[in-house]
Amino acid sequence: MDASLASVFVNACLVNNFVLAYFLGICPFLGVSGRVDTAMRMGGAVTFVMLVASVCAFGIHRLLILIGAPYLELISFIVVIASAVQLVEMFVRRTSPTLFRALGVYLPLITTNCAILGLAVFQTNRGYDFPHALAYALGAGAGFSLALLLISGIRERLALRAVPDIAQGLAITLVVAGILSLAFMGFAGMGSAP
Amino acid sequence: MPEELLKGFWRENPVFVQALGMCPTLAVTNSAINALVMGLATTVVLIASGAVISTIRQRIPKQARIATFILIIATFVTCVDYGIQALDISLHAALGAFISLIVVNCLILGRMETFASKQPFLPTLFDGLGMGGGFTLALLCLGSVREILGAGSLFGIQLLPAGFEPWVVMLLPSGGFFVLALWVLVFNRLRQPNPTGAAETRGAI
Repeated sequence: MDASLASVFVNACLVNNFVLAYFLGICPFLGVSGRVDTAMRMGGAVTFVMLVASVCAFGIHRLLILIGAPYLELISFIVVIASAVQLVEMFVRRTSPTLFRALGVYLPLITTNCAILGLAVFQTNRGYDFPHALAYALGAGAGFSLALLLISGIRERLALRAVPDIAQGLAITLVVAGILSLAFMGFAGMGSAP
Repeated sequence: MPEELLKGFWRENPVFVQALGMCPTLAVTNSAINALVMGLATTVVLIASGAVISTIRQRIPKQARIATFILIIATFVTCVDYGIQALDISLHAALGAFISLIVVNCLILGRMETFASKQPFLPTLFDGLGMGGGFTLALLCLGSVREILGAGSLFGIQLLPAGFEPWVVMLLPSGGFFVLALWVLVFNRLRQPNPTGAAETRGAI
């Protein structure tokens, strides 16, 4: 892996955006994207968990190769991610009860956010070394926050418009997401190919 | 019992009605065969972990239940992952990391939490079969539309004449969003209270 750190970052953030190109983390993308400020904080929380998960996944992968038990990889990843999310949840509850209420059920659900497990699996499959893994996690987190921010901004505007009854909610959000995803294809070719 | 089986296909369809498990729904449905394999793999995990969890449901401590569910699900997903790898390596490559990501499919954890951990063995089996079937059906709906429009074929068999210019956008990520939006619209229309006899059809199903 000789790609530069910057290109790994740009690649994860824009070209292969986790939400709009890989379809990871669609649930919070559709669920907490109603308001801009909630979306921002959710992005921050997910980015932090991604960093923690990335460091842990790197260590676990090395350890499991050492003891020759690669089939335990998936199980160990998910356990570590679940503990990291628990940690973040405790931290958020202590420091900001309002944020805790705003994120609601989606905070514990970060555990089952495919973006996090996807990050761990992808970085292992691609054999990133430690700095590259960190850059990848940062890029993925930034890309997730960016996508969440964009769609929540659009949805705030959309709430004031007359949307046909039949398209309310899920359908119109999906159409908007599709258009966003089209726009992100304009970044293709930047950064390194996966 | 047939009620447990059928609700997953229509009234509580996991994708179109409950909006669960969207990530694999969008990510692997660029061809019908991928959609079918993904749906079947999810169904297998759903049934197997449901069976285990409903059998031992009285012994699972309440505080640790989510962790227990996830561990059981992850075990079966690892089995399915290795199974597909053994059966067809090219298929495994096409689905990529998304087999592993069945672990975090909210559909599965949701069914375990709301159904399998409270119900006896047999209803759970039917529930898993129904929900898995409904999920596979939804994936096939998306996969076949995207493959027909994006490549002019279905299950790799050429359907449209050679002069057809494929809509490449359908195979790209944005195509997934658009086709899913259309299917959700169709479902909403069919479920609307009785403009054109839709309610009777629903009752019959």
